[in-house]
Amino acid sequence: MTTVAQQPQAAASIGAEAWLRMYRQMVSIRLFEEQVNDLYTRALMPGLAHLYAGEEAVAVGVCQALRPDDYITSTHRGHGHCLAKGAAPDRMFAELLGKEAGYCRGKGGSMHIADPATGNLGANAIVAGSVGIATGAAFSAKRLSNGRVAVCFFGEGALGQGSLYEVMNLAQLWKLPVIYVCENNLYNEYTHYSETTAGEILGRATAFGIHAESVDGQDVRAVYGLATHLVEGARRGDGPAFLVCNTYRYSGHHVGDINREYYRSKEEELRWKSQHDPLKLLSGWLTEQALAEPADFERIQAEVKKDMETAVKFAIAAPYPSPEEVEQDVYA
Amino acid sequence: MPENGRELTFAQAVREALAEEMRRDPRVFIIGEDVAEAGTPFKVLSGLVEEFGKERVVDTPISEAGFTGLGVGAAMTGMRPVVDIMFGDFITLTMDQMVNQAAKVHYMSGGAWKVPMVMRTTLGATRRSAAQHSQSLHAWFSHVPGLKVALPSTPYDAKGLLKTAIRDENPVVFFEDKMMYKLKGPVPEEDYTIPFGVADVKREGEDITLVATSSMVQVALGAAAMLEESGISAEVIDPRTTWPLDEKTLVESARKTSRVIVLDEGYGRYGVTAEIASVIAEGAFYDLDAPVRRMGAMHVPIPFSPPLEDTTVPTEQSVFDAARKLCGKS
Repeated sequence: MTTVAQQPQAAASIGAEAWLRMYRQMVSIRLFEEQVNDLYTRALMPGLAHLYAGEEAVAVGVCQALRPDDYITSTHRGHGHCLAKGAAPDRMFAELLGKEAGYCRGKGGSMHIADPATGNLGANAIVAGSVGIATGAAFSAKRLSNGRVAVCFFGEGALGQGSLYEVMNLAQLWKLPVIYVCENNLYNEYTHYSETTAGEILGRATAFGIHAESVDGQDVRAVYGLATHLVEGARRGDGPAFLVCNTYRYSGHHVGDINREYYRSKEEELRWKSQHDPLKLLSGWLTEQALAEPADFERIQAEVKKDMETAVKFAIAAPYPSPEEVEQDVYA
Repeated sequence: MPENGRELTFAQAVREALAEEMRRDPRVFIIGEDVAEAGTPFKVLSGLVEEFGKERVVDTPISEAGFTGLGVGAAMTGMRPVVDIMFGDFITLTMDQMVNQAAKVHYMSGGAWKVPMVMRTTLGATRRSAAQHSQSLHAWFSHVPGLKVALPSTPYDAKGLLKTAIRDENPVVFFEDKMMYKLKGPVPEEDYTIPFGVADVKREGEDITLVATSSMVQVALGAAAMLEESGISAEVIDPRTTWPLDEKTLVESARKTSRVIVLDEGYGRYGVTAEIASVIAEGAFYDLDAPVRRMGAMHVPIPFSPPLEDTTVPTEQSVFDAARKLCGKS
């Protein structure tokens, strides 16, 4: 963690109900991903998926700072962003199983969930593939004066793509309302980021004069507070911002990446899970502050678990698209 | 073709289409390198920034991937961008944005999002600009589902096709032959559009069909005039869009004349001429009296030296010779 966020006023001023809502969202993402892994291991899901477990505080903290009509772009590891922005688990599971009831009518799958109703411009399977789209959405927001902000989620692997620097230059030149959220989960697929990333990450943004911050991405309060501050600034016309969230993915690069000790140790994984778990950090703080008690967390977990089971059942029972749909929607 | 007498250059027709669409629809904007005060190196956009301002005629850094990607996102969220890529050779820098993003957003999202964006760029050699400013790479985009590709060959078509492109709900790539910007032709003052996927018979004939795109249409018309003097009646057909492609008109003409040359300034191998020749072979096989002949750029990087460069693209004379040979009059 390079810097610690100042205790944000916005975060201090919201009540237990809001924190419990964020807790529930993080639990939803965690349990969603457990179901995804289960669907994969039971061979019920075609292809692969990249799980977001461990990084929940980033998506939830940032998306809670957004309006429903604000935009996000997401990544191959995108389930958390989509859920945090308001996607329904049943239609997400349906998409992961290639069913017609899915958000993309089964044509996108895990890496391409998109949903105009929640401002989700789409997850993207090209690393840094959506940086232009997010910046363009911010361009529209400014031209159309609709007060919207765009958040561009990407992993630290995207720092290796030149297009990111091209659009950050444009965003700063034109003061576009876009927040570049870099989720540094330490690994570009199977390679530690220190082997791929020269210099300081924040310097990549400050070189353009973009306001840049880093935050403990496991602490949803810190993420939410800082994101709220940056989003308010962007909405006000201050231009873009860059936020590095230091985080960790609990699973491998994808569900099939099981034997991974050649690039990271089990001890490291255990350390993050035991000492930096975003759910435990929030529940611990809420308990300490007497804003909630263990029974609250147990109840939420039980409710979410039931919801996820229902959503999975829906997706499994849902029909596949009919073969003639293959040529639909190539052109609008 | 209109008869009102007003003539514009190809560049003026492009500019008029843009200006009319920008007046009609406040969501339309132009973005690219040196598009504002400079009006592009070819001066195609001169005067637009004075009328529409820098908010709608947006100069960019030299970042083709960046501003093309921005165009995709802007198109998805309520704007109608016209992205200017100065030279067709620079589309290589935009490939991820065009092929993986613009072309696929609508399909991948199950129809939820759309990308009503135009990319304007150029093609064509013989301008002494060497290998990185002379290519005709329109076949690349024609290959990709989700994109449409338009190639106007006259000022009239340039205005009508560009207006259609801007009003289309899909990403359209619009290739302009930079050697043609000063070509004059009749262009009506009124608003008109030309539908995509409708070929235009530029000249009717009976003995041989010359299918030609973009820069090659004028070459084909010149060759057709020479052929007429030697007793061969050539039909010249311009598909105007390589996708959607008007297969019906191409096949009908081939069945009528029984001989076909396909002309396109892109590379022949795996190119536009290959596709069109295949469409004609499949659709008119039993009516053909000779194999479909293809003529395109030689399969070399475009050389700088004039005598070398001039040999790389079909000319009126080379088309004339090939047509006579195909008609058994060599």
